[in-house]
Amino acid sequence: MMAGAAVLFSAPLGAAPSRVVSINLCTDQLAMLLAAPGQLMSVSRIALDPRVSSMADEAAHYPINAGRAEEVHGMAPDLVVAGEYSSRDTVALLRQLGIEVVQFDIVGSLEEVRDRIRQMGAALGREAAAAAMIAKFDADLAQLREDLDGPPGPDAPRAALYSANGYTSGDKTLSGEILAAAGLRNAPAEAGYGWGKLPLEVLAMLQPDLVITARRYPRGSRAEEIMDHPVVEGLNGQAARAVMSDQDWVCGTPYVLRAIGDMAAARRKLEAGR
Amino acid sequence: MSLLSLSDLAVTLRGRPVISGVTLDIAPGEFVGLIGPNGAGKTTLMRAALGLIPAAGHSSLAALPAVQRAKLAAWMPQSREIAWPVSVETLVMLGRVPHLGAGQRATEADRAAVESAIAQMGLGPLRHRAATRLSGGETARALIARALAQETPLLMADEPNAGLDPAHQISTMETFAALAAHGKSCLVSLHDLGLAVRHCTRLVLLGQGCVAADGPPAAVLTPQRLQDVFGITAAYLHTEDGPLFQPLKVTR
Amino acid sequence: MSRVMIALALLTAALFTASLLVGPADLAPGDSLAALWQGGDGPVAMVMRQIRLPRALLALMIGASLGLAGAAMQGYLRNPLAEPGLIGVSGSAALGAVLAIHTGAAAMWSLGLPLAALGGALVGVALVMGLAGPRGGSLTLILAGIAISALAGALTSLVLNLSPNPFAANEIVFWMMGSLADRSMTHVWLAAPLMVIGWGLIGTLGRGLDALTLGEDAAGAMGISLPRMRLVLVLGTACVVGASTAVAGAIGFVGLVVPHILRPFVGARPSRLLWASALGGAVMLLIADIAVRIILPTQDLKLGVLTALVGAPVFLHLIYKTRKDGI
Repeated sequence: MMAGAAVLFSAPLGAAPSRVVSINLCTDQLAMLLAAPGQLMSVSRIALDPRVSSMADEAAHYPINAGRAEEVHGMAPDLVVAGEYSSRDTVALLRQLGIEVVQFDIVGSLEEVRDRIRQMGAALGREAAAAAMIAKFDADLAQLREDLDGPPGPDAPRAALYSANGYTSGDKTLSGEILAAAGLRNAPAEAGYGWGKLPLEVLAMLQPDLVITARRYPRGSRAEEIMDHPVVEGLNGQAARAVMSDQDWVCGTPYVLRAIGDMAAARRKLEAGR
Repeated sequence: MSLLSLSDLAVTLRGRPVISGVTLDIAPGEFVGLIGPNGAGKTTLMRAALGLIPAAGHSSLAALPAVQRAKLAAWMPQSREIAWPVSVETLVMLGRVPHLGAGQRATEADRAAVESAIAQMGLGPLRHRAATRLSGGETARALIARALAQETPLLMADEPNAGLDPAHQISTMETFAALAAHGKSCLVSLHDLGLAVRHCTRLVLLGQGCVAADGPPAAVLTPQRLQDVFGITAAYLHTEDGPLFQPLKVTR
Repeated sequence: MSRVMIALALLTAALFTASLLVGPADLAPGDSLAALWQGGDGPVAMVMRQIRLPRALLALMIGASLGLAGAAMQGYLRNPLAEPGLIGVSGSAALGAVLAIHTGAAAMWSLGLPLAALGGALVGVALVMGLAGPRGGSLTLILAGIAISALAGALTSLVLNLSPNPFAANEIVFWMMGSLADRSMTHVWLAAPLMVIGWGLIGTLGRGLDALTLGEDAAGAMGISLPRMRLVLVLGTACVVGASTAVAGAIGFVGLVVPHILRPFVGARPSRLLWASALGGAVMLLIADIAVRIILPTQDLKLGVLTALVGAPVFLHLIYKTRKDGI
């Protein structure tokens, strides 16, 4: 059906879209990585923010959009790439206006990173570039895992992800897979906590070897204040602490490899100290 | 010795003079009725005398610190406000507030004063009743008892008879008269000139914010003053049952 | 101490202990209380001393503060509808706190947060008292409260939405509904000094509030200085509500429900109601805070949700009653 819309409103059959607008942080980065020169017209404003975007510098070379239907329509795109959870109204309105919109689901595993690269390749008509990127991704991942055999064993250091609002991530999440790929056990997940709030008391009782907190945003917020709680600080005396570079964790792009590398380094430091 | 001494008292509210040049003294044992038509400034005069509103001139009470003043004069405003359903006994005990030091509990003397006030106003059977559930007459009695419990030489009341039936009006007046007979003084504003004539030892007539006359009832309520100040004619008879006063006609 | 006070004190002590024993970490009651007492480096002591103790202490202190403030305001305005949350004092305290956090003042100076909340509360309570007049008529009081709450709420949302911090906008709920989740002893020490000052100030009002039962004129003639009372009430209320809101957000209805329930038990005397309401407020907030942890152990159910579920019907009932008496 989507292909049908493309036939009706844009380029001739089989031709790649030539005017692509991205309105989501993760599609921004995938599109910047895969698009042919001149193919990508605009990325979303948030892609400029180095705290959440791994490609803030590159994004500065593109016209910026705020993801509103009116301005996107004004750019006369033949394809809009959006997130699965981009504003439903915006997406619906764009489709009503006859613009093809491809939505990308959020990534829950390393395997799905490969799927999204492939999906973006297909949407942009850049299948070959996508295949090359996936091959490089697999090779880099294998290299990162070189000193590990299989998933983290019982002797592996126990880490706990603890970000704003006391949120943690279970095994079946991208963050959980990043930990595992770095050779770290996920202590809250082992205690039965999936994605969601990890009570501070439980964190204290888990006594993890490594507490991984999120990076701070400017100006305070109560949500982040919890990372300063004396209990989290107190664990510091007994546990190591690492700060995740959020921009490499939030989207399913090859930059997750950098997050794995950081975590693996934190693990090696921990093991060396033992 | 006077219990209240006002000289040249004047009050201006929102640029309008309400009372001016009021001079009077109240000695022990007097039951003074403050009379005058609506808007003559009776309430304003009493509130200014107590220092509750700013005034020019001199008031012996207003010049005192608040706590000391409260030991000399008790005040019953016209509105019979009782905000919370406290018991009648608790209500009467409020009269002891000026006598208690900070954080001090009620002493035997305080309790005795309350008991005597309750007995005097015949409130014994009602003492545990919520004060907000009393009838109009009962409320008036409870509030008088509260003022009595304050044990001050001077008692000031603003239209204590308003809304009461004849029996309650007469017994209220008799209560004040009895207090005066025992050496205390009362300054009470009244609209019922008949009651004023029969019970008060002295009347102060206010007309347009000034004292128009001051003295024994028969001397104050002359036909000319009734005409000038109230705009009425009246019959004033001296009978075996005491003086009788009955307003008759409006003259303007 | 009267029987009511003894009963309330015992209940408070029991609930305080219960609050220490409720939490997502499965701890044996004996062990946890021992660890609380003995301390040490163990995880149990850490949970007890740094997570559950401050939470229980704050529930106690904030509940007492809100109960006390409600009883004092009702006594002064002679209106059972006066309550810091409903009349916008908590909302303006929250605005002060939010401003302190999002301008960075709170980060620069630790006292910045409670003092900013105090400032907000002062503005709120002074506005309400000014608008409602000396005898707070129900209609003016509620209307003034609606206006101030709405304005403070809108400005709070505005500050949070303008913040460059992406988490800020989601915190509107916290500031409007209040929570004691994940507080630490730091928060206790931040709030305690202002609260103690506020309790001390409000504690001096008992006799004046009793005298005000007879109206301002009668109270004034009994030697009560109304301007002084008003000043003490405004300052005291702002201190306790400001400190409470700075660390726990705006928790409504405690100051409404507690005095309403306890009034018959203290013979309706405003002075006795003050301290009974303080204990009663502690009881109500401890119960609410235990309940949020039992109902949704792993999520942060806001305290204001529970207090409103209890409080709003009481509020409606009171409105119905005042309507009958004529507003």
